[in-house]
Amino acid sequence: MTQAAITAPGGAGARTVRATASSRGRRRLLNQMLVLAAFFLAWELAARSMSVMFFPPISAIAMRAQQLWLSGPASSLFLTPAAIRDIGISLYRTLLGFSLGSVVGIAIGILIGFLPRFGAYVEPLIHFVRGIPKTALLPMFVIFLGIDDAMKIGLIIVALFSYVTINTIDGVRSVVPLQLDCCRVYGISRVRQIFSVVLPSAAPTIFASLRFGLAVALAVMVVAEMYVANSGLGYFTILSQRTFRIMDMWAGVLALGVLGNLLSIALGLIEGRVLKWHRGMQGGNV
Amino acid sequence: MLGRTQDRPIARDEAGAPVLMTVEDVHFQYGHGENANLALGGVSFTVESGEFVSIVGPSGCGKTTLLRSLSGLASVTSGRLTLDGRDINGVPKELALVFQDYGRSLFPWMTVQRNVLFPLIDQREIPRAEKLGRAGEALEAVGLKGFENHYPWQLSGGMQQRVAIARAIAYRPRVLLMDEPFASVDAQTRSDLEDVILDIHHRFGMTTIFVTHDIDESVYLSDRVLVLCKSPSRVIAEIDVPLPRPRDQIATKELTEFVRLRGEVARLIRSAAQVPGGGTQTASDPDHTRSS
Repeated sequence: MTQAAITAPGGAGARTVRATASSRGRRRLLNQMLVLAAFFLAWELAARSMSVMFFPPISAIAMRAQQLWLSGPASSLFLTPAAIRDIGISLYRTLLGFSLGSVVGIAIGILIGFLPRFGAYVEPLIHFVRGIPKTALLPMFVIFLGIDDAMKIGLIIVALFSYVTINTIDGVRSVVPLQLDCCRVYGISRVRQIFSVVLPSAAPTIFASLRFGLAVALAVMVVAEMYVANSGLGYFTILSQRTFRIMDMWAGVLALGVLGNLLSIALGLIEGRVLKWHRGMQGGNV
Repeated sequence: MLGRTQDRPIARDEAGAPVLMTVEDVHFQYGHGENANLALGGVSFTVESGEFVSIVGPSGCGKTTLLRSLSGLASVTSGRLTLDGRDINGVPKELALVFQDYGRSLFPWMTVQRNVLFPLIDQREIPRAEKLGRAGEALEAVGLKGFENHYPWQLSGGMQQRVAIARAIAYRPRVLLMDEPFASVDAQTRSDLEDVILDIHHRFGMTTIFVTHDIDESVYLSDRVLVLCKSPSRVIAEIDVPLPRPRDQIATKELTEFVRLRGEVARLIRSAAQVPGGGTQTASDPDHTRSS
């Protein structure tokens, strides 16, 4: 939700005059924030009126989360040691898995897109991998990679790379042939062609899969931590539920939600920077 | 001021003029068997160093195919192409090409300056300062000083083509090939760009081969006009254009000689459009084609 609110203004407003577009985008963002606030308010009121232990008010959950992870000394940005153990570890696994999975996915996609013969053999395999529900591979990954970070990060890589690869292939195939002719005329090396022409051309399609890939990485991280781990937010959340610390369980969910949205916003900002030309091109008169 | 990139021993033709490019009996066939389509049917000509040569011909006469063969982007079915006495296999280093489709040949994710610097990107031996100097000079020559940090899509079609031309100049080719570069800009922009090209040819002295379907343009710009016939095409006429330089959009075009030359070229193209292969009418070529 929040991610849509962040990325929408540029895309939707670009066709109109810039000033109007940005003010319209801001008003839209404000409206979306109001809806979100209304949702939390309704939750708060409903939970207070029901007063059921399993469904605490959002304010109580937020306070518990603050107490758990944000009541540390100012010198460590108010983070508690538990924040490092729970949130930090989950963030580390997600980011490492996401980055490696993206790089692997893009690299394979470029190979397939650039080498049609190789691609013809490998592409069906990539589509097959995409069809597998990746969490089903968890028990197998535990056998091969153990129960530590390698297993979780490995599973995240496998879970998201196929989406990135398939979009990268599409992107590479959409490179304007004339631009590659240009490279040949000016004697540009193959490696340079990939980094200066192919990747930028494919970037809009690649970013679409990265947004999705981030959601996949988060989901896989949580499931893997719930399945077998002794640290991380997923572990914290399931442990709280099993030990009947319902408020902590909710705090874990809240932290995961905030983490997911912050990562999404960060990715949106990077995309906005990298694809500035693409938005401008679609909005401007070409 | 840019000079030619190198001085080297040069071949001379019978008349003693230095020959830079030769095209000998070049054939180009698309497809095989029944679907085969012979685009070039024995094209031969030579281009002298520093010369401005235009190639004209009726629509679909294989002008673009010829230019792609000259640039080494496409390999010919038979015949021989040389640059500086060496066979053209692949794109020669001393050659730059400006495409008709300016909008798609520029890189939209690069600023104007980075687009112009792009051909030099892999030339490590050139210091950065010189690259920037060349880019600045090229942009100045096409009248785009001050637009370095714009993106191509922020510019009009004519300005985009100027960027593509600047990019070619920054590369400092000995031979500049242009494939109908002004086909999709309006008339005013077109005559402005013609003068940019003349100015560049004068300043940088690079040999220029210019493909166009515009007869006035071919005469106005060139030292020599080559007329191709309908495909399978050959050169059916070479017309010397002894008009004085520097040329002027109004004064040059008022000259009796200009009017006579453009008439001659126009008549040749009309006959070329009707007579495929330069003489043999074939059954597969209904005679509904007209010169553009």
